[in-house]
Amino acid sequence: MLRGRRRMECTLDAQSLISISLRKIHSSRTQRGGIKLHKNLLVSYVLRNARQLYLSERYAELYRRQQHYPDGAPLLAMPAACPPPAAAAPPELAALPLPADAQDREARSCAAARGGAELLEGPVCAAPPELQRAPCRDSSPAFYRAAGSAGPGGGGGSSAPPGLLYAAGCDFASGGAPHCSSRTTVLDLDTHVVTTVENGYLHQDCCSQCPCCCQPAPGLASPPPAPGTKRKYYPGQEEEEGVEEGEPGGGGVAGGPPFAPCTKRARFEEYSAEHPQDSSNISNLISIFGSGFTGLVSRQQADSEQPLNGQLCSKQALASLGAWTRAIVAF
Amino acid sequence: MAGVAGGGGGNDFQWCFSQVKGAIDEDVAEADIISTVEFNYSGDLLATGDKGGRVVIFQREQENKSRPHSRGEYNVYSTFQSHEPEFDYLKSLEIEEKINKIRWLPQQNAAHFLLSTNDKTIKLWKISERDKRAEGYNLKDEDGRLRDPFRITALRVPILKPMDLMVEASPRRIFANAHTYHINSISVNSDHETYLSADDLRINLWHLEITDRSFNIVDIKPANMEELTEVITAAEFHPHHCNVFVYSSSKGTIRLCDMRSSALCDRHSKFFEEPEDPSSRSFFSEIISSISDVKFSHSGRYMMTRDYLSVKVWDLNMENRPVETYQVHEYLRSKLCSLYENDCIFDKFECCWNGSDSAIMTGSYNNFFRMFDRNTRRDITLEASRESSKPRAILKPRKVCTGGKRKKDEISVDSLDFNKKILHTAWHPMENIIAVAATNNLYIFQDKIN
Repeated sequence: MLRGRRRMECTLDAQSLISISLRKIHSSRTQRGGIKLHKNLLVSYVLRNARQLYLSERYAELYRRQQHYPDGAPLLAMPAACPPPAAAAPPELAALPLPADAQDREARSCAAARGGAELLEGPVCAAPPELQRAPCRDSSPAFYRAAGSAGPGGGGGSSAPPGLLYAAGCDFASGGAPHCSSRTTVLDLDTHVVTTVENGYLHQDCCSQCPCCCQPAPGLASPPPAPGTKRKYYPGQEEEEGVEEGEPGGGGVAGGPPFAPCTKRARFEEYSAEHPQDSSNISNLISIFGSGFTGLVSRQQADSEQPLNGQLCSKQALASLGAWTRAIVAF
Repeated sequence: MAGVAGGGGGNDFQWCFSQVKGAIDEDVAEADIISTVEFNYSGDLLATGDKGGRVVIFQREQENKSRPHSRGEYNVYSTFQSHEPEFDYLKSLEIEEKINKIRWLPQQNAAHFLLSTNDKTIKLWKISERDKRAEGYNLKDEDGRLRDPFRITALRVPILKPMDLMVEASPRRIFANAHTYHINSISVNSDHETYLSADDLRINLWHLEITDRSFNIVDIKPANMEELTEVITAAEFHPHHCNVFVYSSSKGTIRLCDMRSSALCDRHSKFFEEPEDPSSRSFFSEIISSISDVKFSHSGRYMMTRDYLSVKVWDLNMENRPVETYQVHEYLRSKLCSLYENDCIFDKFECCWNGSDSAIMTGSYNNFFRMFDRNTRRDITLEASRESSKPRAILKPRKVCTGGKRKKDEISVDSLDFNKKILHTAWHPMENIIAVAATNNLYIFQDKIN
């Protein structure tokens, strides 16, 4: 906290800015008077700006490594470095509590955000075997348009239709180094369809009442809920609105190995989409902040951060993204 | 009417300290922090609201012939608890009792009326004086106890006797349950019958007599909250045209709406926005462009907006850019990082016009406040401090040193106290009297004619 007399010099890199912003959003939940929509909206803009810079730096670094290892050398992403997710992580993909009462849309978004936010609590790092399985190849924008058409509105390309999040048309070059798969799971708030994108392949899960109609990837199959997770959504089950369970502050994620801090001084740069060989996780992040608030109620940014430089960039704050998404849409 | 004070000789007038209200000690109770200041239409009454939900009204004393130099002072007229903390059980939310805004109604009879609002509920208060008391009731004693009917042997007519002046505040209307989000503005219409209340996403129109119903006239809530990109930050009715109002947004835009054109004013009649300067883009561009206050000029020809670093005056007939821009504390632009860290960047400064619209005033940090003369283009920085609080002491202009050698009497940016912020100021509607809220103290300054 800046006191009156301290020097005001302050240079923050993008990561610090991100963690400060997340902390603000998290602490806004406990402030008197409820969550301030205006302030959180502004903080989200800072978050987006910082993320754009952070990503552009990552891209630049990735591109440089590509130059050094043109033969598609082993994974840059080391899932082995990332401890297998706690049992809590996969269940949360299925555990998306939604209030049965759809009258109050705000509360629905709120609880959905809370539920969706759980996905962030465990960095969903796929087990190593999965990595080898499917290089990021053979996907075209059609894949994602398919996701879009299954959603409420068919928006393809780079703009996420309401309540649906997917990667902006990501061009996977075959020579690209495969990366740690990161799953992006999207909950459509209108149809309650859960869509999971993994390794460029699309899985579409119906709501949990008919798990048989989908082919969940390993790890996605509905496992028993770990203790401490939120209530699951079963259609027809009455859900109490507005009741929050005690949640551990900051998400309490078992973080990965200490992150490698960005050594470069942050510069604000426009994100350039000229690094298509990167995997869906990068473009997922882009689409997250593609338009204003869109995508802030989303999940799994923490794990998306992982594979970028071979080490987990999972700062405590990034790992606690669950908390901030719960906070930011509580209306 | 004269404009702002000059720093040296040969100017019209200078600002002098007049009074300060509030506790002196360093330990400031959060509940005592002033959250709104407002003169009434005549300027005789000055109302303040604080974070504890209380309203304090000061009244200007009549001019005293024996002390011609001290113009009418403001003394406490009434104090009452307007709002209490509440708890929304459905959403598990606490509702703060902090008074966000006070707006006076034009006076129509002996009593005074004002609207005060917290985050969720607006109340209409009647402040009336009682200086007579009836005595000699038949059915009850002087202390109010009922008399035994059998004891009554004679009839008498009660008579009115003078008593010590008592000022009573009573809530006459409570306008509740109309806002899902936090109320940031209320504005009384020039028809004196209706008023608007605005929260982050909606604006409602009320009739002062009707509490169980309000009309929603603006709704910017997107179908999907994930698509939210901006919120309403302030709203105000036009001072003369009862069908026109404006509202500002967190994106730095202002929309002027005409209620005659449609019932729901989602489509604006005019859209005011200044294109962003791409060279000044930063992490915090969105935050500092968010408008924290919008005020029509008394004439109704102009409006003024306050964002984090500047004040802009707009001509209602020109939408693509403001006609005047005044930098309040440009030296903070390179410090936005720190200000973001300590949350100061989210401070919502207000602004106000003087009675003739020739000058504007707004607050800053270190208990500084700034005035801009629109005619001479001169500006001045003054400080509200206990040190310069001698009766009728002339305020000395302050200066912030932005770099290089610091001159004597200048203060460097790094020495500014960001906990001392002046968010709320008010200018008397007709005279050069200003009220400046500095945390828990209310300073009143007047001009001193040379």
